[in-house]
Amino acid sequence: MRKVYMDHAGAMPLLPEIREAMLPYLDEIFGNPQSLHSWGDGARDAVEEARERVASLIGGSAEEIIFTASGTEANNLAIKGLARAKAEKGKHIVISAVEHFSVMNSARTLQKEGFEVTFIPVNGFGVVDPDEVFHNIRSDTVLVSIMHANGEVGTIEPIAEIAKRLLGNGPVFHTDAVASTGNMPVDVKTLGVHALSLAGNQFYGPKGGAALWLKRGVRMLPLMDGGIQEGGRRPGTEDVPAIVGLGKAAELAQRDLNIRMQTLTQLRDSLIKGVLSQIEHSMLTGHPVQRLPAYASFCLNFIEGEAILMLLNSHGIAAASGSACTSRALKASHVLLAMGISHEVAQGSMLFSLGLDNTEDDINYVLEKLPQVVDRLRQMSPLYSKYIKEQRG
Amino acid sequence: MPVYSEKVMQHFMNPHNVGEIPDADGVGEIGNPVCGDMMTFYIKVKDNKLEDVKYKTFGCGAAIAVSSMVSDMVKGKTLEEALEVTPSMVAKELEGLPKNKFHCSNLGAQALRKAIRNYAIKNKIDIPGLTDKEEPEEEDEHACET
Repeated sequence: MRKVYMDHAGAMPLLPEIREAMLPYLDEIFGNPQSLHSWGDGARDAVEEARERVASLIGGSAEEIIFTASGTEANNLAIKGLARAKAEKGKHIVISAVEHFSVMNSARTLQKEGFEVTFIPVNGFGVVDPDEVFHNIRSDTVLVSIMHANGEVGTIEPIAEIAKRLLGNGPVFHTDAVASTGNMPVDVKTLGVHALSLAGNQFYGPKGGAALWLKRGVRMLPLMDGGIQEGGRRPGTEDVPAIVGLGKAAELAQRDLNIRMQTLTQLRDSLIKGVLSQIEHSMLTGHPVQRLPAYASFCLNFIEGEAILMLLNSHGIAAASGSACTSRALKASHVLLAMGISHEVAQGSMLFSLGLDNTEDDINYVLEKLPQVVDRLRQMSPLYSKYIKEQRG
Repeated sequence: MPVYSEKVMQHFMNPHNVGEIPDADGVGEIGNPVCGDMMTFYIKVKDNKLEDVKYKTFGCGAAIAVSSMVSDMVKGKTLEEALEVTPSMVAKELEGLPKNKFHCSNLGAQALRKAIRNYAIKNKIDIPGLTDKEEPEEEDEHACET
């Protein structure tokens, strides 16, 4: 059976070049980067080289990179670490309604510590209004965190504009750029932020290699107590192979960014066009233009996402959904709901996140199978038959 | 390990008795699209037996498999026998359902019960086993919100 993987937002295959770069650090170069002997030197050199490469990818400097084990950890460190460091100045933070759970739930933890959290709504495309952020800033606001791009619908937020509105204002500005970094131009100076989270597993690096970029001079408390690794801000023995993999992924992303974006945007647009023209009662979710190159996301009315995924899987196709039934908590995606999409329609949400391993043939295969799957489920959907009866009067 | 049992997958991939009965003797609808699961059961009754059972289902793989299994379990049975089918029996026949999905997806037996009740009301007949049990439907319809 043909296999088509379109769940790159969930996990990506490791590029062979990245794997090659990592292998020596799983083998002969096993030293601890903190050790003062030649074994340690080899590991330390590799970690520092990776740091340079990650910094270069986002236009920061190497000493501003803090390696973490995941995007979730980078977000936790930023939200809790930055807010707690400024707690004596004020206890108000501002985040958007469509943040990743790692930001959302870190903010909820801070609520329990006495912080007040303002959630900024989004419009139907999932876009945050910079004015809305600005108007919610108070004298006791110490942190603003708005994601750079959404990992469910691919909408890119106007981070630079928000930063301009915040200029000279008190709060530290963090952005969760886990979904965007390595997939579109991300430059910390252009964005105008103080802190930025990124994760290599979103751009063909290994799981376990992620980072927080923190502008020089910004105070942050660590989440863990330990030794002096990462300047004491993220203690614990470095995961050298993962860091090396992240570094290599950053190098390749920087080198190939334009061609990757071009290829993926083209594939994405033919998938979007095909789905919307071939499947009735389907809509694109997220912004039509300001969206990640690899993200094709939809809501397909009258049917439920888990059933769609299971039938697609039987045709060898992997995708994702934000339906209640696909989540362990049995709750529909908060992102879709925040965009004003009803529970019922959110049930039929689908995300096809493309990757460098996809081809035009893959798109055609999905466009052949998806309408069949949708039709089959609609034929057994009471919501669809109700709709048809209403149409007939 | 896959999320669903082989039996669930069989019924999901090839559900039995899908459809509507235009001149049904009884219709029962349950669930709510907020939860993600909604089922409508149609029955045809002859000589106190379920001559035909069909359904339409909006929902996850488990909900579809449950509907299919319930239709298989009760087709040809007397109304009294059909009313004895419980969600637990359906889950057992399906070789188990994921714990978190047991309540929201396992609504087939109740939808069928509603269809039988609809038939009983229309025909003004009293069926033992239909009126002597409290309907736990309110609680189940909101199972997803807890």
